[in-house]
Amino acid sequence: MSDLMTVMFALAVLVGAVGGAAVMTWWERRLLGIWQDRYGPNRLGPFGILQVAADMLKLLTKDDWVPPFSDKVVFIFAPTAIVMAMMLGFAVVPFAPELQIIDMNIGLLFFLGMTSLAVYSVLLGALASNNKYALLGGLRSAAQMVSYEVFMGLSLMGVVMLSGSFNLRVIVEAQSDGWYCISQFLGLFVFTIAGIAESHRLPFDLPEAEHELCAGFHTEYGGMKFGMFMLGEYLGLILISSMIVTLFFGGWLGPWLPPIVWFGLKTFIVICFFVLLRAAIPRPRYDQLMSMGWKIMLPLTLINLVVTGAVALWLADGLTVGGVG
Amino acid sequence: MLELILFYMAATIALVSTILALTRVNATHALIYLILSLLAVAVIFYLIGAPFAAVLEVVIYAGAIMVLFVFVIMMLNLGEKGDRREKKLLKPQVWVTPVILALILLVELVLVLSQSAPAETQGLISSKQVGMTLYGPYVLAVEIASMLLMAGLVGAYHLGRRYLEEGGGS
Repeated sequence: MSDLMTVMFALAVLVGAVGGAAVMTWWERRLLGIWQDRYGPNRLGPFGILQVAADMLKLLTKDDWVPPFSDKVVFIFAPTAIVMAMMLGFAVVPFAPELQIIDMNIGLLFFLGMTSLAVYSVLLGALASNNKYALLGGLRSAAQMVSYEVFMGLSLMGVVMLSGSFNLRVIVEAQSDGWYCISQFLGLFVFTIAGIAESHRLPFDLPEAEHELCAGFHTEYGGMKFGMFMLGEYLGLILISSMIVTLFFGGWLGPWLPPIVWFGLKTFIVICFFVLLRAAIPRPRYDQLMSMGWKIMLPLTLINLVVTGAVALWLADGLTVGGVG
Repeated sequence: MLELILFYMAATIALVSTILALTRVNATHALIYLILSLLAVAVIFYLIGAPFAAVLEVVIYAGAIMVLFVFVIMMLNLGEKGDRREKKLLKPQVWVTPVILALILLVELVLVLSQSAPAETQGLISSKQVGMTLYGPYVLAVEIASMLLMAGLVGAYHLGRRYLEEGGGS
């Protein structure tokens, strides 16, 4: 792609991601409604989709209040950090063979870096609020995210071993003879759970668990600053879903339909699966979450890593597997 | 040319944010500047052709170690009292010795840099190359580092265990 085309495409991704996140707020509530045997927002416009516009109007016109006891600069900066980090994460997602903003050799690591930076939003928001519920939420999220980041990175190393690259486009192309969701099933399992924990969505939304902590880290936030936190969370959901599709479900690969349609379709299904998890699974206790992470997820990831490494070495004798040698 | 401009921009940000990180009295603000400085250093790594080092800088230093620092600050909950104590530490006379030492180091650095030819950059260093070097000639260092980490892990476990046996927590 030429420079101008890349810039245009980057803008399109930006608008598409924010728009997608906005529509997600409505779609998620409709899906939850259906699964819980009720309607959800269905009044405004066809199927209630104009609810999105109404919600946005409400958020944008609310009083933009900064609590006097807070650390003001950090308080205002915190919600922007998560949106920036998640948006940057979209830069390396390969939507189709030619549609990618940056074709980076270390795309996968870049994605991990951006998700790890998104943690600061929650932490700094909680610290700057100067509120005990916010602080408790922030503490939880720090422990939760640092722990789950470990397995999130490790669970992807099997994919890297098999494809022999950190480049996301190469990883997708390597799946043309079999998606990694079969050979890397353990990796997919751990990455999905770690992904939910990283984007602190239900059922792992302990940082904001509303029945214990008011609203956790964003207790003091209102109006569009709260909206930014929500936007970041939904962007994270879309980003994690598109990464799952890229790494485990063959990205844009698929017969008949154009690549971008396949990518969109697969991502949409994964997003719906995340909503289903939210509807179906109760929130674990904090200590349950942590012990599940270190006692089940970590050993599973390490087993996956050792077995994948052994198989890759075994295959490397006959075939040439990129990552070895 | 563009790379040069980007390099100097990143370098300036790194320097300014490091100085600000040292002189802030509020621990949270100091940490934010330190994170910014680490990100700027990551940009520099990327520009001189070491993308792998750049990303590791973001993932490990900015993304994990600094999060733990923020975590500790949250636990301590210093507030106004901490700010006042920190202000006492940042009196001018405290700065004399470190500034002298840093100046000596600076002179030494300038001398070394002016004498030797600039290091040849070998173009792009891929993650594969880093891995091959790490587990080839430097495998002993990797093993020693892993043993050190293991010792740290066992130590942390031991400390936590004693706390549990004394009946604190559950």
